[in-house]
Amino acid sequence: MSLLAELLGSRVVQLVVIGAALLGAISGVLGSFAVLRQQSLLGDTLSHAALPGVCLGFLIAGDRHLGLLLAGALVTGGLAAGTVLVITRCTRLKTDAALGIALSVYFAIGTVLLTVIQSRGDAGAAGLSTFLFGQAAAITRGDIQLMAVAGVLIAAVVLLLWKEFKLVTFDPESARAAGLPVMALQSALTLIVAVAVVVGLQLVGVILMVAMLIAPAAAARQWVGSLAGMVVLAGCLGALAGGSGALISATGRGLATGPVVVLLISAIVLVSLALAPGRGVIWRWRARRRLSRTLTRESRSSADLRRRHVPVRGLKR
Amino acid sequence: MITASILITGMLAAASAALLGTFLVLRGSAMLSDAISHSIVFGIILVWLVTRQLSGPIPVIGAALAGVLTVVLTQWIAQSRLVRMDAAIGLVFPALFAAGVLLISLYARQVHIHVDTILLGEIGFVWLNTRPIAGFEVPVSTLTLGLVLLANLLFVAAFWHRLKLAVFDPALAAALGLFPTALYYALMTLTSITAVAAFDAVGAILFIAFVIVPPATAYLLTQRVWLMTLLAVALGALACPVGYALAVFWDVSIAGMMATMTGVWFALALLFSPRQGLLVQALQRRQETLRHDCRVMLAHLLSHQGTRRMPQENTRAALVGHLSWPESHADRVIEHAIGQDLVEQRGALLILRPAGEAAARDLFARR
Repeated sequence: MSLLAELLGSRVVQLVVIGAALLGAISGVLGSFAVLRQQSLLGDTLSHAALPGVCLGFLIAGDRHLGLLLAGALVTGGLAAGTVLVITRCTRLKTDAALGIALSVYFAIGTVLLTVIQSRGDAGAAGLSTFLFGQAAAITRGDIQLMAVAGVLIAAVVLLLWKEFKLVTFDPESARAAGLPVMALQSALTLIVAVAVVVGLQLVGVILMVAMLIAPAAAARQWVGSLAGMVVLAGCLGALAGGSGALISATGRGLATGPVVVLLISAIVLVSLALAPGRGVIWRWRARRRLSRTLTRESRSSADLRRRHVPVRGLKR
Repeated sequence: MITASILITGMLAAASAALLGTFLVLRGSAMLSDAISHSIVFGIILVWLVTRQLSGPIPVIGAALAGVLTVVLTQWIAQSRLVRMDAAIGLVFPALFAAGVLLISLYARQVHIHVDTILLGEIGFVWLNTRPIAGFEVPVSTLTLGLVLLANLLFVAAFWHRLKLAVFDPALAAALGLFPTALYYALMTLTSITAVAAFDAVGAILFIAFVIVPPATAYLLTQRVWLMTLLAVALGALACPVGYALAVFWDVSIAGMMATMTGVWFALALLFSPRQGLLVQALQRRQETLRHDCRVMLAHLLSHQGTRRMPQENTRAALVGHLSWPESHADRVIEHAIGQDLVEQRGALLILRPAGEAAARDLFARR
């Protein structure tokens, strides 16, 4: 307990815990929409596509100016989302191929730009590769403020457009029939996912960001059946995993924050898949066993009946 | 010699990846290659913890098994129908990747495993680890990739028809007793092995580019599977010398530039593909609009022909005013109709030619 108090007393740990919990909450809320819209892997593409943007931001700013790096990431993320949209709309290629193309090509451009920066020998360049894995310990007060502002903005947008987002998520056809600007709403959802991804890069990095989006939503979906419940629960689970993961990672050397948080939230998913009432694997297995036992009993008793009294026409012994 | 070894290694990696990628793209499982290539980090570190080996056949097998494990887990979660396939992919590989990164930072700090090397690769260093063969110093990764390409070629050649059927109609393949599921896992195993063999040359993430992008490019250019496979391999291989030359010229990442070139091929195909390119589609749409509006004009002219308002209606001004066409569009439509000898212009008046009148009557008769 004293270890916990000591940890929470540290300034850096406080910041990281708050940041990770915030990120978990934001990505949990937005991930719910992404998962329900079957766009789980879009987050993966967006986060990989942020790399060239981060590099461009660095090249323009000349040093690690966080605002410009994030703006760059947002721009290339948006471009990648547009690329996916054009490919799926205008060609016969399937969504997964479009996602893979955007992911790998934008990332490739990013690695090229990374070497451009490294060859210029800038001191801050080393910090850029932390965007691959995130660097929670380097988080500052300003970063937290930025995340908080982004979180409040995202929450406001989701609350304001709740009904519209709901309809677009579950039934885009009738949303279109009702005269809603479906394209614009879907783009807005994608854009705020990109914002969340960009916010998360600093903490968990490009590769693990996809888990922050999908896992809380997938876990929450197992426990509740309504969108509101799912969004709230996913936000809570994300915050829980983020905060406690950051705490655990502070206890030991070599326990990077991103991987610990992702392993925690993956464990939550595993438990949810197994135990969730009515849906979970164990629940269904027990229900199936009960059913088969009942069926065996019934068929046995009906067989007894047949043998004794009831002649079944056309059935030869 | 170094240049040659880099080029050959890159082209071998590109060819092996594109060969399998063709079927992954056709099947709609392209993103599984993304998952596999990330998960091999987990396999590599696990094998190192047990055997303390980083290169050789055992780490390759171990890492490939991690790739297969990813596919099995993903399939298993998706089959429970609790989450969809794409979410299942996004749940499994980050967990394995996170476990791998954590194991490395806990137990393998002092060792030469850098996760960013695994992810980004450094093809410029392939010649550092060589083995003498027939008097030449051949890089080990080149050798491995050569063997992998051979295995992939044999697999695709041996199961060509079955693969095609399993990709396009898995239900029929299963009904015919062709074991599409077994074939699928074989394909995934080979993809994992290729990913492991390729990662120290091109890196795990750029490997995805070679798996997905050249086949997708070829898919835009042809409708035949054999041609698509050939084109994919050729386009992937072609990206290597071009990418290498540009990388040397600009002094940037070689593997990154090679992968970027596959993206350039794709962009070119997307724009200029003779049948499905965006340019052709736009032209077709324009042509279609022109033909359609020409018919609209003929109908308009016919319905007002011989009426009192004909002098006002059957003019260019009416097309602009009543049909609210932009002037340039009205001019194009009229020009098109005159060119087809459907309409002639007498002063301001537009008069139907016999062919135009017949076409217009035909339009009304069809109703």
